[in-house]
Amino acid sequence: MNTKNRVQNAISFAALLLLAAYTLAPILIVLMNSFKGRFFISDAPFTFPTSETFVGIKNYLSGIEKTGFIKAFGYSLFITVFSVAAVVFFTSMTAWAITRVKSKLSSFFYYMLVFSMIIPFQMVMFTMSKMANILRLDNPIGIIVLYLGFGAGLSVFIFSGFVKSIPLEIEEAAMMDGCNPLQLYFLVVFPVLKPVTVTVAILNTMWIWNDYLLPYLVIGNNYKTIPIAVQYLQGGYGSRDMGAMMACLVMAIIPIIIFYFTSQKSIIKGVTAGAVKG
Amino acid sequence: MHNMPKKYYALFTLPTIIAFAIAFLIPFLYGIFLSFTSFRTVTDITWVGFSNYVRAFTDDNNFIHALWFTVRFAIVSLILINLVAFALALLLTGGVKGTNFFRTVFFMPNLIGGIVLGYIWQLLINGILLNFGVDLTYSAKYGFWGLIVLMNWQQAGYMMVIYIAAIQSIPTEMTEAAKIDGANGWQIIRNITVPMVMPAITICTFLTVTNSFKLFDQNLALTAGAPARESAMLALDIYTTFYGRVGYEGVGQAKAVVFSLIVALIVILQMRLTRTKEVER
Repeated sequence: MNTKNRVQNAISFAALLLLAAYTLAPILIVLMNSFKGRFFISDAPFTFPTSETFVGIKNYLSGIEKTGFIKAFGYSLFITVFSVAAVVFFTSMTAWAITRVKSKLSSFFYYMLVFSMIIPFQMVMFTMSKMANILRLDNPIGIIVLYLGFGAGLSVFIFSGFVKSIPLEIEEAAMMDGCNPLQLYFLVVFPVLKPVTVTVAILNTMWIWNDYLLPYLVIGNNYKTIPIAVQYLQGGYGSRDMGAMMACLVMAIIPIIIFYFTSQKSIIKGVTAGAVKG
Repeated sequence: MHNMPKKYYALFTLPTIIAFAIAFLIPFLYGIFLSFTSFRTVTDITWVGFSNYVRAFTDDNNFIHALWFTVRFAIVSLILINLVAFALALLLTGGVKGTNFFRTVFFMPNLIGGIVLGYIWQLLINGILLNFGVDLTYSAKYGFWGLIVLMNWQQAGYMMVIYIAAIQSIPTEMTEAAKIDGANGWQIIRNITVPMVMPAITICTFLTVTNSFKLFDQNLALTAGAPARESAMLALDIYTTFYGRVGYEGVGQAKAVVFSLIVALIVILQMRLTRTKEVER
């Protein structure tokens, strides 16, 4: 490597370091402020806590108490895990059936589902929450049905794209051996879908865990998920507890960071694959 | 597999289709119907024809203002996010040390939800504006640029990952040959990298534009439309019309239909463009 290249690389590296610092700074600043007294945050968000402003974990305690954060975490976890499981389980089956059985009904289902991906949530926010209300789906279990229905578009779309690339011969051979469609699907097809299952699971996890408006309108009065708990702290102007807010922001970010560092590679891969197909 | 028995076909498709009907299809059709009516709940519906659509544009300036705000936002963030993401991707594919670490860091903000992001940046931006004696609620231009900075911070890493994948798939012989022919870095970027990653540029353009149009959580958390409703984008304006003002539910629903049409139009336009480009390649 010649000198010119080395200089160029050093400059690139320095620029990247600065940008990385810029990316991490907002989170670190919130973390720092979460240890300061509630009245010392808005006026001086960029100063370190001093002996006068440092309050230890007091903000965390008041944040947990004011928002019911522990419960919110539980609801978020429950809804996300079971909704993602339902989406992966049912939409992969549907995608396989409508891709393999070529009929007018199959293409009708497919195009309806793809169409739903385009439509913004505000279009159905009122009617969907009314519907959920009438059908008694306005609880952490019922909302799983809504996520399955609203998430079906993207998930079926990604799954069918993948199913099309699986050679039919494997399935035909299994049929010859006397598999019924259920056995065929669960013993032969589903294992082959694994890489795309990871993609679909990750995309849906990121969406459902962070989703605010749907759970707020459907179950928000009785069950707060994490985004609802954070928004709840906003309150009216002036009355907001900035300390509790900072603590809740930190507590909302921690699970995401843990999730990210445990499966970073598949997340980046899954998101790229999802974006390129979607 | 053209002959799956009906019983099995139903078993495979019905759970998803029923959930889809409950969560999307019926609410969607019912929503279109409601946009032509006046209602407060679902029990007091009266047909009013197109008057909700007329009122959406004429009762006040909010919808037009939000539309204009959203269009400007989409254009600025389209350009900025893609420039930043592309530059990052170039830096990270140039053979510097620590590529993986940087990629991990830049991508991270994507996983944080919009509400949380909004409050993180509210603290930071208000902290900076404090030095000038103002805050985010002072003027819509602060809300506008605040959202731009926020969305850049969140999405540049995502688009960067897509650009990296595209740049890495360019055959090295191509750039090597160009170097031997005496092309400089800028010429290589202009004449090889950019044309070769065109499909990625299309995808990222599409993603940034649709994300901008559908933006809600970040908008709600950062400014909630303040001052008045001047920094409200389309999605937030619809929400406020619907739930913030009694007697405007039908108008809100009509705005949602127009909003859906706009987003659908962008998607169709985008698909046309992608298709013609793919033919050319």
